[in-house]
Amino acid sequence: MPEPQRIRLTVNGQPHEGSAEPRRLLVDFLREDLALTGTHVGCEHGICGACTILFNGEAVRSCLMLAVQADGAELMTVEGLARGGELHILQLAFREHHALQCGFCTPGMLMAAYDFLRVNPRPTEDEVREALSAVLCRCTGYQGIVRAVMAAARRMSAADE
Amino acid sequence: MKPAPFEYHAPSSASHALELLARHGADARILAGGQSLVPLLNFRLSAPAVIVDLNRTADLAYIKEEGGSLRIGAMTRQRAIEFSALVRSRLPLLAEATRWVGHLPTRTRGTIGGSLAHSDPAAEYPAVVAALDGEIAIRNSGGERVVRAADFFVGFMSTALRPGEMLTEVRLTPPPPDSGWAFEEFSRRRGDFAIVGIAAVVAMERNRCRMARLAVCGAAPCAMRLRGAEEILEAGRIEERSVHNAATRAAELVDPPSDLHASSDYRRHLTRVLTRRALNRALARACRPEAVDA
Repeated sequence: MPEPQRIRLTVNGQPHEGSAEPRRLLVDFLREDLALTGTHVGCEHGICGACTILFNGEAVRSCLMLAVQADGAELMTVEGLARGGELHILQLAFREHHALQCGFCTPGMLMAAYDFLRVNPRPTEDEVREALSAVLCRCTGYQGIVRAVMAAARRMSAADE
Repeated sequence: MKPAPFEYHAPSSASHALELLARHGADARILAGGQSLVPLLNFRLSAPAVIVDLNRTADLAYIKEEGGSLRIGAMTRQRAIEFSALVRSRLPLLAEATRWVGHLPTRTRGTIGGSLAHSDPAAEYPAVVAALDGEIAIRNSGGERVVRAADFFVGFMSTALRPGEMLTEVRLTPPPPDSGWAFEEFSRRRGDFAIVGIAAVVAMERNRCRMARLAVCGAAPCAMRLRGAEEILEAGRIEERSVHNAATRAAELVDPPSDLHASSDYRRHLTRVLTRRALNRALARACRPEAVDA
């Protein structure tokens, strides 16, 4: 059995340290070793997007990465969105526009939308729909999610001006 | 499920990776972006004894112009290609097709080299590289060889790569300035693998087509050029009839499989429709007003 390897990384601005066998998936390391259970595990093969996090500032599927690959990396998970007890604009928009039903896909939706709005701060609705196709909502509550991301985009770009 | 145990190496350079491959031979699998291999590991459809992870290599991710062609390192992320100004200006077909490769979060990790080496029959990049008549650089611990796209994709998920070898670079020559290009795809959901995809490049001289290149994905065991359809376009004046005939020929050239996503007949139908659409868009781009026969 291969030896566990030491992993040092930053998650949501906090330094963390742990060790894992090379085969340990990053999402399992986050949830089980670092107790950051906001990131969800769905399909474990990169289709559902529930495990989406930011890896060095860009969205990735954390079920398709090994924990050892995150040694030295800066991660952001859904727990890092709210600052000082204040929900992020995206989270507020999700609440206002009923963009969650069971909530299982929500961490992935939020992190995928967060990355997408940085790449494309003023998207059309079609572009939002294309971006959200990266994450599956099995409640099929997509309409509210699209409205929430559109509303958050308007509010975030207004806040920038 | 979770991956079976494996011995893990994360070399810091291509040459170190090649030493590891030479040492472990057929026991080793190369891990590039992981967007295809890690699902296979998670399902234990693949359980290699040794993983050689290229994500810590410093010398395999780049996009540079050299001797009139673009050289793209194997570990260049699809996301880097999507947002590269050099790719957009010199290889707009590659930029357009990249939007069809998975989703933004999978393009963050997925690499061009991984996509080509995996050679999924429905993947977009092999068809683009075939349509651009690209070259693929392959290294082992003894040296380098260069293989043309047409000789690289040899069958269902199989390529010219041999044990101990690694795809290191893709070389793509931009089509001449009077060319048009288009990538068309149909999939049931955005971001899924193509049911069928078509990459087209046409170079025009007045109203004649000097060069046509068509490649298909999703309708054959691997990415494939549609030479018979290209010849119809290169034979005479370009008009609606020739586009129609080329598209009909394209559908005759493929013998697609039936599976739960689509029947063979439907894939053949899509090959015809998407070839016509791709050609019409490519021709419109090539025939800018000043280039049209007066």
